[in-house]
Parts: sequence; C-alpha cells; structure tokens
Amino acid sequence: MPAKQIHLAAHFPGVNNTTVWTDPRSASQIDFGSFVHLAETAERGKFDFFFLAEGLRLREMKGRIHDLDVAGRPESLTVLSALSAVTTRLGLAATVNSTFNEPYEVARRLATLDHLSGGRAAWNVVTSWDAFTGENFRRGGYLAEADRYTRAAEFLHTARELWDSWTGGDLVADPDEAEFIRPGAGAFAHRGAQFDIAGRFNVPRPPQGHPVIIQAGDSYEGREFAAADADVIFSRHGTLEDGRAFYKDVKSRLARYGRRPGDLKIMPAVTYVLGDTEEDAAERATEIRRAQVSPQNAIAFLEGYWGRDLSAYDPDGPLPDIEPDLDEGVSKGRAQFRGDRGETVRRWRELAAERGLSIRELVIEATARQTFVGTARSVADRIDEFVQTDAADGFVFVPHLTPGGLDDLVEHVVPLLQEKGVFRADYTGPTLRDHLGLRVPRVHSTRSEREAS
Amino acid sequence: MTGTHTMTGLHLAVALADAGWHPAAWRDPAARPGALFTARYWAGLAAEAERGLLDLLTIEDSLGLQSSDPVAPDDRTDQVRGRLDAVLVAARLAPATSRIGLVPTTITTHTEPFHVSIGIASLDYASRGRAGWRPQVAGARLSDAAHFGRRTFPEFDLPWFATPDGKAFSAELFGEAADFVEVVRRLWDSWEDDAEIRDAATGRFLDRDKLHYIDFEGAHFSVRGPSITPRPPQGQPLVTALAHDVGPYEFAARGADVVYITPHSRPDAVTIVAQVREAERTTGRVGEPLRIFADLVVFLDDVPGAALARKARLDELDGAALASDAEIFAGTPGELADLLLDWRDAGLDGFRLRPGVLPSDLEGIARGLVPVLQGRGAFRTAYETTTLRGHLGLSRPANRYATA
Repeated sequence: MPAKQIHLAAHFPGVNNTTVWTDPRSASQIDFGSFVHLAETAERGKFDFFFLAEGLRLREMKGRIHDLDVAGRPESLTVLSALSAVTTRLGLAATVNSTFNEPYEVARRLATLDHLSGGRAAWNVVTSWDAFTGENFRRGGYLAEADRYTRAAEFLHTARELWDSWTGGDLVADPDEAEFIRPGAGAFAHRGAQFDIAGRFNVPRPPQGHPVIIQAGDSYEGREFAAADADVIFSRHGTLEDGRAFYKDVKSRLARYGRRPGDLKIMPAVTYVLGDTEEDAAERATEIRRAQVSPQNAIAFLEGYWGRDLSAYDPDGPLPDIEPDLDEGVSKGRAQFRGDRGETVRRWRELAAERGLSIRELVIEATARQTFVGTARSVADRIDEFVQTDAADGFVFVPHLTPGGLDDLVEHVVPLLQEKGVFRADYTGPTLRDHLGLRVPRVHSTRSEREAS
Repeated sequence: MTGTHTMTGLHLAVALADAGWHPAAWRDPAARPGALFTARYWAGLAAEAERGLLDLLTIEDSLGLQSSDPVAPDDRTDQVRGRLDAVLVAARLAPATSRIGLVPTTITTHTEPFHVSIGIASLDYASRGRAGWRPQVAGARLSDAAHFGRRTFPEFDLPWFATPDGKAFSAELFGEAADFVEVVRRLWDSWEDDAEIRDAATGRFLDRDKLHYIDFEGAHFSVRGPSITPRPPQGQPLVTALAHDVGPYEFAARGADVVYITPHSRPDAVTIVAQVREAERTTGRVGEPLRIFADLVVFLDDVPGAALARKARLDELDGAALASDAEIFAGTPGELADLLLDWRDAGLDGFRLRPGVLPSDLEGIARGLVPVLQGRGAFRTAYETTTLRGHLGLSRPANRYATA
C-alpha cells in the first residue's frame, strides 16, 4: 500500500501574540511584499495552500486597544486575489465571517477569486456573535450565541445554492448563435429562517464547482458542521494521542452525511523550530518562547484569567496573591476563555509553587510550546508519523517570524518528506481540489430539476 | 472658471466593463467573449491601458445581472451577463501593473462600509499607492435588493423617479452613499501613519494614542472603528463618482476627488462644469477642487468612416442603436483628439473613455489617440509619479485625527 500523502498549508500570522516582532528579521505585517514572500515560499515548497485569518475589530484589554501584539492586517480576499497574480498553483484560503456578511456578496467574491486564480480558492467559514465586533457593521451584534452555527450552516448552504445556480454549460459565449448565456442562468430562490432571498446570481460557476470549504472549531457543533459540510478542518491537537482521538471522532461522523473519510482533511495548526542538533533546536525553542512571552504579555495573559488589573505585579515575581474576579472579563475581541477560570488559576498556583516559577515562567510553561522541535530529519520523521498513524492528514504551519518564518522548513524539511515519498515532488493538477484529492461537487439540484419540481 | 490643468495637460481614464460598452461588443470579431471571466483577459486590458500611460482604469460592478431594462432584470440571452467582483479584479491587476491607477466600483446600497474600506485600503497596499474607488448607489436597479433581503424598496418604474416620492427616495440613497464615503474615509485615517512603534523597551507594538475610534452614527449604520487595516500608502485612496444631476454633483463635491460627468457638447460641458463648481460652493467644499472628467463612449479606427460602420454593424446585431448616458463618438483618433482639446476649454481636467469594444477600442486609445495627443503636447510621454494621487497632482493628505 502506498504511503499516505501529507498536505501542507502556510499561515500568514495576522493578529496574535506569537509573532516575535522584536526580532530584527521580523518585517512588515502589512506590506504586500511580506505576503508575496510567504506565498512564494509556500509555492516553492509545493504546499497545498496559503491561509489568512480574519479579525474585524481590534482587540481590547481593560477597555483600551490592546497594544502589545502585532496588529493591522489587510482584507483577506483582496490580498489573496493580488497573490493569485504572483503564484500559479498555490491554493488561496480566506477566512470570511458568516455573521457580518451576506451570502450573495460572499459567494460572489469567492467565485470571483476562484475564476481569477484558475480554481485555487478556499473559504474558512467562521462565525461570531459578539456585539463588540458588531459595532463596526450595519447589523450590529444581534446574533444569539446559540444561533451562530445555525446561521453559518444556512449561510454556507445558501452560498452553495448560488454557485449551483449556474451549471457548467450556462456560459455559452457563442457569437455565431448570438447566445451568451443559457436562459435562466443564475436563477435562485432561497427561503430560510436566516435568509430569504431570490433573483439571479451574477458569476458563472467557479472552476472548482465550489471553492474548498474549511472549518475551524473544536466544539460538538463545530465537528458536526465540518463532518456535514467542510473539506478541511483545522484543529489545535498538537500531540499524537489527542490528534488520533480527534481524527477518529471526526472521521467517524462523516458516514452519517453520506461522505467518505477522504472527503474531509484534518489539518492541525502547528509550530516548529529547527536546529543543527536536538539540543540546539531545544535551546532555540526556549529562546523563542521567552521572546513571545514578554514581561508585559505575561501580565496581560494572566489578566485575561484573573479578570482584573494586575499591572502592579512584577512579572519576575510570584503569582498574584489576590483572587480572580470570575464575573468580570477584561479582554474583548479574541476567542473567549472557556472552562473554569478559577480551577485553572488553582492549578497554576500549584504548578508555580511546586517548580518555583515566576509569573513570566509560569506563562511560558502554561502556554503552547512548539509542536515540532528538532533537526530537519527528526521533524520530518515526526510529521510523517503523525500522518501515517492517523493523527492528522497534514498541517497548517504557523511561523513565528514574518515573512521568512517558513524558509527553513521549505529548504530543509520538505525535501526530506519528498524523499520519503509522502509529499508531492510537484503539483499534479492546477486546482486546490486537485492538491487535496477532493472531488468536484456535482450540481446538487440543477435548475431544470428545480423548475420541474 | 477654468480647470486645474497640470504641466502634463489632459488626464485620461479608461472605463472597463464586460466586452466593451456596446451591448453587442462581445459579437465583434475582435472580442474575446469566452475569456471575460479569466484573469488573463483583464491583465491584457490593464497592460494595454498602462502602455498608453493612462492615469487610471475603472472597473464596473453590479450586484445582479446586467439588463437592457434600466429598472428591472430582463431575460435576454444575447448580451453579456455576469460580472466578477470589481475590487478583486483590481487586486489581481495590481502586481501585474506598476503605474496605472486601479479604480473599482462598489455598490453602497447593499454593502458594508467597513468591508469596502479595508478592501480599498488593501488594494492600495497591493498596488503600492495606486488604488481608487468609485462608490455607486444601486439607483434604478432596486430589484437587486431581493438578493440581500434586508430591505424592501417601493414599487417603481422610471417615471416614478421624477415624482416627489421618487426624488426623496433617490436623495435618501445618495444620503446613505455620502455617509458610506464618510465612514470609509474616516476608517482610512483611523490609524495614524506612525501608530506602529515596535517599542521593545515597553513591549508595545502599537501606540494606542495614535489609533482612533471613528464613532460614526447615521440613519443607516453606525460604525465604531478603528479600522483593522493601517492607513493605506496614499493616506486617502482616490475617491471618484459618476454624476448626472445637481444632487449627485453635491454628493461628489462632499466626498470625492474626481467627478465623471456626461456632457453631450462643449456648451453642455460649460453648463455642467459651472453646476459642479456651484455644488462645491453650496456644500462648503474646502481644499483641492474636484477634478472633472467627461465621459465618452468611443469607437476608434484609423480609416475614416470605419469606426462608424463598425458601430452601425453592432447596432444592427443588437437590434437597436446604442443608447448611453454619455456622448457617443465614432471616428479616427485625430478627430477624437480634436474633440477632447476643444471640450477641455470648457474647464475639464480630463476624460474617461468607455471603449465600445474591448480590446480593440482600448488599443485605439493607447496606440492611436495617445500618440496624437502627445504630438500636440497635450499628454504625458512617461509617467511622472508612482501613485494615483500623484498622477492627478494631489498630495498625500494630512490625517484628520493627527494632533502633532
């Protein structure tokens, strides 16, 4: 049996606290040249796709704009369309929110990107409900949290109806017959609880049929949404054991939706550090962790859990002696902390006491360390092991430097994966569906069937 | 009152749409109807326009199928139907060009000002300072509202727009568009140029005192800000508007840098230019005056009479003579140059030419008209600046929120 093939994606870090912006090699987060550098690196490495996240309001801490982390990013689809001019095969994945957009416009823009890139578009469907972000939009923050996935699912189904409103043959463009389109091309009507729209869609069927659909979400609803509707799911399971459990769980949900295990690719987001030796890599990994957790960031991190101002505490001193305020939050515009904050704080106090850790050391210990640390050879082996033992189908690599953070991965690790025969030596097809081994979706209900019914 | 001529003389823009501005353009032997939805088609047009040293190109947009009926969809299958998103087409053209301004249209009636603002700002980054924008109200194409389902509009036909109700409605749409432009512009300024500080000593990436809430509250939307995208390279990308009446002239005078008008003769141009300048006074415009471009649909051929014959053949194919809000010109590049230089003295800064057929009438502009104008000393022989504002003699504006 041939070895399972690995899928790779490159994430351009937007707003986050992992980019080491103090490093002199850390370049602009917004200049187009930075995006070109990472996209070209990914394409040189024959990656499946390039990925951009989204955030529609600047984050705030304690009622003020958060100023410690990299911030400032372009509109995803616009920059990806520009990147389609400087790449030829690389998939281009945009995160687009289903709460603060309308299906007609989003379907149209994704179809446009798919046309302009020759079939390389992907859509990471995200939802939000917070009134905080809603303050930047017409609709405001009206959506109940429980309705998030309801709206997201109906949004996606509506977008699929719009892409299906043109069949492959509807664009005729035959001057001799004086026929540009077939009659009724683009006709649609969607009557649902979230959207009640009808008319004519104005972009011909995209080259991929539908752009590739990505979902990132670990909750029960998120997993079901992915099993029913997504082609790729992002996760955060960085260990073999967690990865296998998640993989098994999500793949087992597919059959209920009439789908095969290969129809949904599981790609955890991961980080890595390379060194000449294992010790060298470990040392570099520790340095990077210290740079990521600045003294100010360590305090800000704890404030997110304590729910109160901790600026009077010394980051190199012991953990705050005051109790957390479990009713109040201080952080807005980022993923909310789930679970029991009081329990988390108790666990950290134990850990800090046992190991004699300062605030900053505790935060370094408590937040995610790099997924893969080692020589190029050992990292390649580890990546392969994850995939061959069904802990993942591939990975989304998140560099800690912009834009050169994946240079060494592509230079040193990718060739080893290619040598092993587990990663493509070159692209075999033009579209992102080709790279991911996904089928082109059929038109679920053709217009003539709908009209006949 | 005269226009604001620069040393380089006329400004020229080309309006790109579909297979050209004649509804039967796609059936012309020179057209490439099967390629309208490909990047290669648009990149070829942009390269041609840049070869002609044009100031900018505009790209049409719509949120519904094109129609021969001004107020409703039609069922015609013998004309071009379907359009790509104009901002994304412009973005695709950015790395493929180096000097020409890229000016996509967006419809203000159904879209979010926040998304449009970051989209145009991102285009400005991708093009390194060559982005513009043309906000357009949905106007008579209100049927497109059913594609969004979030507002319902009254039943109407074209005469209704002349009634008091129709006029009030139109004014409301333009009022919303004016708010839209205001929000977009405030968001562009919501980051001061030096807001990113990367101060390792204090651990701060941003100086939050240089980020600004815009706190816009209007009848149709409220937007808090700041933007998620830092201030674009031009500070304020170029805002342009097509206008046919006093209300829209005032809309342009309030928020635009360039206005496209549609005179049908030189005296007509004199009248409209005076109305635009009056609109600048009534709206209390300060700073740079509007740059005024006249729109013309053009069919060009070096052989006398050939362009007219070509247009007549397309009219016949379409079953009707071409109708347009703009004056239609068919003739030689030399004749068009005569007309442009004559009309310019009405106080125009430039022209936006709408090619009857693409790519042939664009080639007529870049390879025919432009050399004639250059020969008469009326058009640049090389790009002199690298930004779109620069081409039009507009400096990079100060930030409205900056205190220092």
